[in-house]
Amino acid sequence: MSACKEDDPRIDGIQSRIRVVPNFPKPGIMFQDITTLLLDPKAFKDTIDLFVERYKSKNITIVAGIEARGFIFGPPIALAIGAKFVPLRKPKKLPGKVFREEYDLEYGSDCLEMHVGAVESGECALVVDDLIATGGTLCAAMNLLERAGAEVVECACVIEIPDLKGRDRLKGKPLFVLVESQ
Amino acid sequence: MFAAENGLKGDPRLKGISDSITVVPHFPKPGIMFQDITTLLSNPKAFKDTIDIFVDRYRDMDISVVAGIEARGFMFAPTIALAIGAKFIPLRKPGKLPGEVISEAYELEYGKDRLEMHVGAVQRGDRALVIDDLVATGGTLSAATRLLERVGAEVVECACVIGLPEVKVIQILLL
Repeated sequence: MSACKEDDPRIDGIQSRIRVVPNFPKPGIMFQDITTLLLDPKAFKDTIDLFVERYKSKNITIVAGIEARGFIFGPPIALAIGAKFVPLRKPKKLPGKVFREEYDLEYGSDCLEMHVGAVESGECALVVDDLIATGGTLCAAMNLLERAGAEVVECACVIEIPDLKGRDRLKGKPLFVLVESQ
Repeated sequence: MFAAENGLKGDPRLKGISDSITVVPHFPKPGIMFQDITTLLSNPKAFKDTIDIFVDRYRDMDISVVAGIEARGFMFAPTIALAIGAKFIPLRKPGKLPGEVISEAYELEYGKDRLEMHVGAVQRGDRALVIDDLVATGGTLSAATRLLERVGAEVVECACVIGLPEVKVIQILLL
């Protein structure tokens, strides 16, 4: 079951702070820029509050954030709900032993890594990123957590690009987003 | 200056924070003792204490901008910004920020790079904080400071979780 917060009065403010930059990083892509949201303390706080309200009573012990923009939203959520924050990183950034998962991007391909031992078997996890496009990155993130024995409760993003049908690539797991792309 | 020297000596939170950091020898290359903060991030009490110490210090200093350096600065700066009601500005590796940017070159402890900031994110007269997980040579923090000062902001202080006292810091970071 997917969810989208359309009726909360804070949503309009959040949506209006997201800037669309045409033809970035390449022609034809309408880039959804969240940096303008981060410049508005009220809108940024509302964004975090909406996620925290949803997840604080769900016994989530892991918030996994995807490098790099997932690192902006994941930690404040983790801190507010008392969960561990686990960074999911580009290759060779994490020291020590890692799980490694390859995936396709909307524009290219990449690898995501997670520390071995960051997650214990049976933990309940949330995956956070700024945006879901094709769902490839989120799917790789879910695979990493599941390989370590965690249960992914939900994926949470600020923005969804519905035409790319990313929510269908989440192996049946639910997706929660605040706004759709403009 | 280090928190222990700055009046926080004996603060019981510092030991817990320090103990939660993992040292990984010979990463990313031989001879480097890597200070891994991921074990701090996965310790909710230590992570909260870390943020609280920064917030307690900065909440009454009229800070309007908290700039975080990609990528590990992103894990600390936004929460601090939210708690003190400041704007969060990501300072990013080249080519990541869309639209118009200004750029500053710098040398790392191990290599060299450029840092970018959005034009228009920061206004003349903004009072800024720069956040990263760790300061080594100070090259990255210096580049961040130059970016903010180029647009007329006042960098009030640079703040890091970890300082490496044995690496010679050649720039003055604290104003």
